Amino acid sequence: MGELVQLRRIAKPSFEDGGQAPLDPQSSIPDPRTPNPDPQSSTLDPRSSILNPQSSILNPPSSILDPQPASRIAAISARLEAKRGKHYWRSLEELADSEEFQEVLHREFPENATEWNDPAGRRKFLKLMGASLALAGFAACTRQPAEQILPYVRQPEEIVPGRPLFFATAMPLAGYAIGLLAESHEGRPTKIEGNKDHPASLGATDVYSQASVLGLYDPDRSQSLTNLGEISTWSAFLGAIRPQVEAQRALASQPSPASQPLAGGGGLRILTETVTSPTLEYQIKTLLATIPTAKWHQYDPAGRDNVREGAKLAFGQYANTVYHFDKADVVLSLDSDFLASGPGSVRYARDFANKRRLSEEKHEMNRLYVVESCVTSTGSIADHRLPVRASEVEGVAREIFGKLGTGQPGASNKPEGEKWAEAIANDLDKHRGSSIVVAGDSQPANVHSIAHVMNGALGNIGKTVIYTDPVEANPVDGNSSLRELANDMEAGKVDLLLIVGGNPVYDAHADLDFGERIRKVKLRIHLSLYNDETSELCQWHVPEAHYLESWSDARAFDGTVSIIQPLIAPLYSGKTAHEVLAAFMNEPERASYDIVRDYWMKRYAAGGQPPPIKAQAATAQKTASGSGSSAQPATSGQAPQSATGGFEAFWRKSLHDGVVGKTAAPIKPFAPTGILNSRSAFSTPLPDLTQFTQPPPSKPGLEIVFRADPTVFDGRFANNGWLQELPKPLSKLTWDNAAIISPATASRLGVGKDVNGLATNKIGNIGGDIIADEVELEYQGRKVRAPVYILPGQPDDSVTVHLGYGRTKAGRVGNDAGFNAYAIRTSDAPWFGSGLQITKTGTTYTLAATQIHHAIDTEDLKARDIVRSGSLAELKKNPTLAPEHTREEHGAGSLFPKWEYKDYAWGMSIDMSSCIGCSACVVACQAENNIPVVGKEQVARSREMHWLRIDSYYKGSENNPETYFQPVLCQQCEDAPCELVCPVAATVHSSEGLNDMVYNRCVGTRYCSNNCPYKVRRFNFLLYQDFYTASLKMMRNPDVSVRSRGVMEKCTYCVQRIQKAKIESQKEDRQVRDGEIATACEAACPTQAIVFGNINDPASRVSKLKKEERNYSLLGELNTKPRTTYLGVVRNPNPELEHA
Amino acid sequence: MSQIFRRSTNYISKFTIYGAIFLVGIILWLLLEFNRSSYYTQAFFPREQPVQFSHKHHVGDDGIDCRYCHTTVEKTAFAGIPPTRTCMNCHTQIWADSPYLEPVRESWRTGKSIRWTRVHDLPDFVYFNHSIHVNRGVGCSTCHGRVDLMPLTYQVASLNMEWCMACHRNPEQFIRPKKEVFTMDWPPAVWNQSEDNTPNKDEKWNQEIEGPRLSKEYAIKSTEAMTSCSTCHR
Repeated sequence: MGELVQLRRIAKPSFEDGGQAPLDPQSSIPDPRTPNPDPQSSTLDPRSSILNPQSSILNPPSSILDPQPASRIAAISARLEAKRGKHYWRSLEELADSEEFQEVLHREFPENATEWNDPAGRRKFLKLMGASLALAGFAACTRQPAEQILPYVRQPEEIVPGRPLFFATAMPLAGYAIGLLAESHEGRPTKIEGNKDHPASLGATDVYSQASVLGLYDPDRSQSLTNLGEISTWSAFLGAIRPQVEAQRALASQPSPASQPLAGGGGLRILTETVTSPTLEYQIKTLLATIPTAKWHQYDPAGRDNVREGAKLAFGQYANTVYHFDKADVVLSLDSDFLASGPGSVRYARDFANKRRLSEEKHEMNRLYVVESCVTSTGSIADHRLPVRASEVEGVAREIFGKLGTGQPGASNKPEGEKWAEAIANDLDKHRGSSIVVAGDSQPANVHSIAHVMNGALGNIGKTVIYTDPVEANPVDGNSSLRELANDMEAGKVDLLLIVGGNPVYDAHADLDFGERIRKVKLRIHLSLYNDETSELCQWHVPEAHYLESWSDARAFDGTVSIIQPLIAPLYSGKTAHEVLAAFMNEPERASYDIVRDYWMKRYAAGGQPPPIKAQAATAQKTASGSGSSAQPATSGQAPQSATGGFEAFWRKSLHDGVVGKTAAPIKPFAPTGILNSRSAFSTPLPDLTQFTQPPPSKPGLEIVFRADPTVFDGRFANNGWLQELPKPLSKLTWDNAAIISPATASRLGVGKDVNGLATNKIGNIGGDIIADEVELEYQGRKVRAPVYILPGQPDDSVTVHLGYGRTKAGRVGNDAGFNAYAIRTSDAPWFGSGLQITKTGTTYTLAATQIHHAIDTEDLKARDIVRSGSLAELKKNPTLAPEHTREEHGAGSLFPKWEYKDYAWGMSIDMSSCIGCSACVVACQAENNIPVVGKEQVARSREMHWLRIDSYYKGSENNPETYFQPVLCQQCEDAPCELVCPVAATVHSSEGLNDMVYNRCVGTRYCSNNCPYKVRRFNFLLYQDFYTASLKMMRNPDVSVRSRGVMEKCTYCVQRIQKAKIESQKEDRQVRDGEIATACEAACPTQAIVFGNINDPASRVSKLKKEERNYSLLGELNTKPRTTYLGVVRNPNPELEHA
Repeated sequence: MSQIFRRSTNYISKFTIYGAIFLVGIILWLLLEFNRSSYYTQAFFPREQPVQFSHKHHVGDDGIDCRYCHTTVEKTAFAGIPPTRTCMNCHTQIWADSPYLEPVRESWRTGKSIRWTRVHDLPDFVYFNHSIHVNRGVGCSTCHGRVDLMPLTYQVASLNMEWCMACHRNPEQFIRPKKEVFTMDWPPAVWNQSEDNTPNKDEKWNQEIEGPRLSKEYAIKSTEAMTSCSTCHR
C-alpha cells in the first residue's frame, strides 16, 4: 500500500502537498492542523486531518472546543447553501461533505478496496505460495497445447467461419416487441443490435434486449421437462394431458352441463402474459372456440392495465395510443417514464431527442414538464420536474386542466403545484396541436382519461397523438382477470390450468394468495424459461424456448408485426407457447415454424386480414400415439400452389426485414367520448371532470409506490447477471432493491447518517459499500423487511419499492437478492397506496451502489468543471457554457513529443443533453467486450468491471435537484497519464490516437489506474471470468480477448470493430466511411447521444459536433487532450417558472 | 597466525562473482534462444494428422490452387479448412478405396468432422487476418514456406512476435505483386515487368526496387499503424 500511496503523491501533488487547496475561504473552518482531539482517529491515520481539512469539523469533539458553535453551524449551512445553489454534486454524501466520501473520492480505490478479502490473509497467502509462484513462472515456458480444427462436413451456404451474420428477429417483453438484429458467429448468437427498419427500435435497443443474450446462455435455465419434480419426456407430457383435454372437450360439448360437477365453470384455463402474437392469438382463440367453456386469463405484474382502462374510460372502448414526440414542442408527463420504460420507449426516446437536439441549423428545443412520484430517467432530464406523491398526480393534472380555460378549481394541495399549473397550462395553450400530455402506466385510469381529454382539448389528436385499435390480442384488465382466476381456483372450478410464461406464484398480488389457491387446481402445467416458484407448484413444467430459439411473432407498440426467427436450435429442447398450444389441440408434433408459417400463409391468402377463427372439428382426432410419420407437419410444399410464389417472397421479405409490411395498426379517429367534439375552442368551457370520480383526497402519512425494476423488470431477469449488476439509473443500486426515500423523510424517520444536518446514506468501510438501515414496511397488514436508500429528488413521505427481487427459485444469480415487494402488493392498489407503516429494525444491510464509486477528483471541488450546463437563454449569452471563473490555462505546452495523426484519428462526442441515463450502452459494452460480472460483494468494494459508466450529477437542492447524466468511458487521451507509468508498456498509444491496452503484456501493477484522472480503468482483482461453464463460452465475442485475473482492462472504442472496418475498407481500396464504425455503445444508444468517427475528416459527424461551441473536454485543464469530448447540457426551462 | 585465505582465493572469488554475472547472462541468452528454437516454436516439426495429407502431392504435383480448399483466405481472417465435401469432390472418383482416406470417407458417412491438428497456432490474444495480408501482396509462401514441397505440413516460421514485426516494420522487403500471391516458387528465376509478361532472361525480381513501389501502390499503412498494438491485439 505504501508504495501506491507514494506514487499517488507524485501523480497528484495538489491534495497532499500542503493540504490547503481544498480549504474553503468562505467558511470559518478551523485550522486543519489543529490537533485532532479524537485520539483514536489520530493514531489510526495521522494523515487524515491534513488530507481532509473538512474532516475536523465533522468530529463532534471539535465543536465542543469551538468557542462559537453557532456561528460555525451557520457557516456550514451557508457553505452547504452555496454548494446547493451553484455547484454540481454527485451524491448526498458529497453534498453533506461526509468524511467517508472524501476518502472514497481521493483514493484510486477506496481504502480496503484493494485488500485481499480472504480469511487466509494476503500476506500469509503470499508467504505460503511464494515458492509455488516462483515455479509457476516456469510453467509459462511450456508450449501451447495442440489445437484442433474441425471443419464442416458439408459447409452451409453463407456461413464463412470468422465472419458473423446478422438475422432480423424481435424480442417480446411483456408482450410488446422490439425489432432486433442478432449477430451470429457460426450459429451462436453473441450480440444484439437494433433493427433500423423496426418502428420500436430504429436501430437502438434497451437494456433488456442487450442482456437477452446472457439470458439465452444462462446455465440455470430450465433444461428438462419435469413431472412432479422428476425429469420426464414430451411424449409422457402429451400422454398425460390428452385425456384431460379430451374430458374438457367432451364436457364443453355436452348439452346440459349443469348436472355435472365440473361443468359451467370452465374447467380449462389458460393464463398468459399480455399476448400480441397474431399466431398465438389465433391458436388460443381457436382452442376457445373448440372448447367454449375454457377461459383465457392474462396477467402481467408490470402490465399496462391502467393505460388500457384509461382509454376505455375516455373512449368507451379499448384503444392504443401512439405518441409522436418528434412533432411535440411541449410535453407534459404525468408520472410517465416514457423515455425509459414501456413499449415504444426506445422509439420515443429517439423522437424526443431529435426534437430536443440543437445543431447549427436548429436553435429551438422542445420542453418537458414532468410530474412524478419516483425518480426516473424521464424526470431527470426534464426542464421542470415536480416531485409529488403518486396520489397527488391526479390533483396536479386536474389543476393544469382547470387552468386550461375551464376555470374549474383544481384539487392540488401544493402551492407550487398552483404556480406550475398556471405556467404549464399557458405553455400548452401556446402549443396547441404540437404538445403531448402523457400519463404513466402506474397512474390510475382517471389520470389517463384526463390526459386523453387534455390532448383532445389541445387539438393534439391526429397530430402528435394518434389512436389505433389495441395492439393486444385480447385487451383485458389483467388485474381483474387474475383475480377472477384466483377466485375460481378457490371455488374449485378449475380443473386444468395452463400457465404460458409468467410466474404468478411469485408475482401475483399478495391478497390473491395465488400460491395456496393454485394447489386446488387438479392439473397444473407451467411453460417457462426457468424452473421457478410457479413451476414448483405445478405438476408439469415444460422448459420454454428462449426467443432466440423460437419461431413466433409479436407486435410492436404501434401494431407492427415482426416474425421472431430463431438464431439457434433450442439448447435444452425447449418448447414454444405455440407448440404447447398445438398439443392442446391434438397437433402435438407440429413445430412452431410450421404453426407460424401456416398462420401467415392463411393470412396472406386472406389478403393480409387475420383468418377467421373456426372451432376445430370435433373429429380431428389425429392419434398422438402414431406420432412421427402419421402427424406430418404441414410444410411449404403443401401450401396452395397459387399462393406459394407470392407468399414465399412475402415470407422471405418479412423475415429479412424483421417487420411484416403494412401491419402497423391503422389510425382510428377516436375522440374522448364525444364530449370534446364541439369544443375545439377554449373560449367555451371544457367539460367538467366530474364524469371521472374524484380521487380520494391524498391522505397524510407515508405512501408506497411499486414500480417495475429498471433492470430486472418484474423479476423475469433476476437471474441475468448483466442486469443485476447494471447500476440502476439514478439510484445506482446493483444486486438489490431498496425502500427509496427522500432525505427529508429519512431525517424524520431517523434513518441513514446525519451529516451536517443532511440525511445521507452511510458509507461503509470495505471500499464503497453503503450500510443501509433495515426497516420493516407494513402495508395493509403485510410486512416485509427492506433496506432504506436515500435518494435526492424523491418526493417526501413517499417510499418507492421496485418489484422483481427476493426471488427464491430464480437461479444462482437471482436467488436471495433484495426483498420481495410483491409480498405487500395488493390487487386493489397495485401501483401505489397510502397507509404505509415503517418501523426501524435496528439492523443494517449492505448495499452495493455505485453512485459514489469512481468519483472524479478535482483540485477544487467547487471549481470543478466536469459538467457544463445551462438554459437555452444562457447558451445564447455564453455559447461554451463554461463556468464563469476561468481555470488556469495550461496552454498547449507539453513534455510529450508532438505527434501528427496522419491517417485516421478516432474520436467520440457525447451529447449530455441527449443522454437519458438508460444504460443500454453499458450492457451493450458488456456484451461486446466480454466484460465479466463480479457479484455484489465485489461491487461493494468498487470493483465493478463496466468499462462504461454513467455518472449522474446533481445541482441545486437535494429535494428536487437538477440531474445530469455523463457517460464516462476511457477518454483516449492524446497525452495519456496512464501510458507514462506502465512499467511493461502494456498500455501504449496507437498511431490513430487510441490508448491501446495490451492484455497479454499487463502484469497488474495498477499504476495506470492510479494515474488515471477519469477512473476508467478496471482491474481483474480476482478471476471474474467464468472459463468453465460451457454455455457461457458460446456467448463470448470471439473478436475480443477474454481477460484473466490480474489484468487491467478498459474501453478501446471497440477497437475490434475499428480494425474490421479498416480491413474491409482497405480491401476495397478506400477510406473508412463516416458511420461505418459504430461502437457498441453508440449503436445501442436510443437517443444517439454518442457519436464516434474520424476527427481527421472534417466532414464526419464527430468533427462537426466537436466544432460546436459547447464542446468541452472532461478535466481539460489537465491537458490530457481527451479524444472523447462532451457537449454541455442545455435545458429549456419555461421563463415563467425559471425565476420563481 | 597465517591468513585463512590464500592469495589465490582472490582469483577464485573474482571468478565466482564475474562468473555469476556471466552465468546469469548465459542463462538469459539460453532462455531467449530456447524461446526461438524450433523445439519451442515447433517450427519444422510436422504435426500428426488423422489423414496423411500431402500438400506436396496436391499442390506440387497436381497443381491445385491454394484457394480451391482454403476458400475464404481472400475474404476473412480465417483461411478456411476445407469441408469433407471438398475432399470428396475428387475422392469419390480417385483413390476412392484407399485405406489412407478412410477417415475422410468415415467423416462423409457419419457427418462427423475430421479432427485436424492445427499447424499454425497463434496465441488466442493475436487476431491475425489472412484476407488483408493476401490483399496487400503478402504471398502464401512468405509465411508458410514452400508448402508445395511438404509431404507433411509443418510451419517454417517461428510465429514469434519478433518474426511478425520483422515484416510489419519493413513490409516492402516482403511483399510481391498481388497476382503472384499464390505463387509458390517466389521470387521467380526470371521476372519481367513488361505488360505482356514475356520472360526476359536478363531480368530478375529486385525486391529493393519493386518492394517500395508496391508498398506505395497498395497503400500499405505506415509502420506506426502496422506496429500499433491494437493492430493485432484486442
